Amino acid sequence: MFRHWFWRGGLLAVLTLLPSLAWAAGGGGASDIVVVADTRQLAGANFYFSELYNDNITVFAVWAVVLTTACGAVLGVVMDFIMKRTGIDLTKRSIVEH
Amino acid sequence: MEWMYMHMPISGVDILWPGLVLIGFSVGCIGGFFGMGGAWMVTPGLNILGFPMAFAIGTDIAHMAGKSMISTMRHAKFGNVDYKLGIAMIIGTMFGIEVGAQLIMYLERMGTVGPVVRWVYVVLLALIAWLVFYDYAKAVKADKAAVAGGGKATGQGGINWAPALHKIKIPPMMEFKQAGITCSVWLPMIVAFFTGILAGFLGIGGGLIRMPALVYLIGAPTHVAVGTDLFEVMISGLYGAFTYSLKGRIEMVAVFVMLTGAAIGAQIGVVATKYAKGYGIRILFGCAVLCCLVSVVLKEFKFNDLAAVVVLTSIGVISLYIIKIMVGGAINEVREKKAGGTQAAAH
Repeated sequence: MFRHWFWRGGLLAVLTLLPSLAWAAGGGGASDIVVVADTRQLAGANFYFSELYNDNITVFAVWAVVLTTACGAVLGVVMDFIMKRTGIDLTKRSIVEH
Repeated sequence: MEWMYMHMPISGVDILWPGLVLIGFSVGCIGGFFGMGGAWMVTPGLNILGFPMAFAIGTDIAHMAGKSMISTMRHAKFGNVDYKLGIAMIIGTMFGIEVGAQLIMYLERMGTVGPVVRWVYVVLLALIAWLVFYDYAKAVKADKAAVAGGGKATGQGGINWAPALHKIKIPPMMEFKQAGITCSVWLPMIVAFFTGILAGFLGIGGGLIRMPALVYLIGAPTHVAVGTDLFEVMISGLYGAFTYSLKGRIEMVAVFVMLTGAAIGAQIGVVATKYAKGYGIRILFGCAVLCCLVSVVLKEFKFNDLAAVVVLTSIGVISLYIIKIMVGGAINEVREKKAGGTQAAAH
């Protein structure tokens, strides 16, 4: 049991930590200039997240990941629901190669 | 026409939102079909719409993660995602990217990083394009020879380095069911390590390199290579979204707007793979690589506007072609189903 969780935990840690090394390389570094969001004209969710961006960037980053994941998952499920109604078989493809 | 513009709360710019939806849609189509993030297409597009470059990169990465998630969900239903293979490769990729990053830092200290990276990129893209087209030409030639000799065209006469690499039996051996291969687990890890070095060195996500590597070196069928690569793009994209958010260079409103377009585009791109043969996908992929190559060369010679035109035109043409494949295939399928239903009712 311990071994099972050891491997699972290890794998999870690797998957979580290693991308930090990866993205250290990618995309060309953003500059060190600090951007401050102008929240004077904002309201609602825009205001809340812009304030969060200004005050606590770490929580904002966590929100960014959570919302991106949630948005991707919800849109994926909604599109799946719509695509099922098109009459196309979405469980297998006729062209199988190897 | 004010309603066509949306205020971006963090970067403070007003952006033409239909443009965002269109970029998301097109890149969703192309990414779902080829199994790549498509940063080389999105970043210049966002920049043209008015995003500062740093925001364009961060926003693109977050959008790439969401879009890849939608595509992976659809590909998984077709059985195109080999999660075991994907996880084995992620480990190799991440270490490789770190080595690539160290190489970049070394070159930076030498003061030659810019030109070296760009020209390595050009050579690599040229090699990938050559490999794809040469493979196709070889397969066609082999098929013609087989037909002339009274045999049957199999479409399997192209480049196939994987069987030779599968003979290296360093334990542990692992079966990758979806990909239909059994090989040493070190093979995907090492291949991913080297593709990771190139990705880290070039500062790109790596789908452009990983997809052909999965086909030619690991021996995954094209469809599984596309789905598995998207799974990798999704994981690395989520982390990229986190780091770019920490750097404050992300515009979440734009990400959501782009994702609405990408959600539709990704369905079209992924479903189109159902009606496209492996070689069809590879040839179109080769064309996309060539477009990327031309845009990089143009940028190197400071023709930035022309490079953007090339990128946007190629996005438009390729996504239109993918839509054609999907719509044509879907119409035929539904028609056949209806005809089958009518015949069954008549009997």
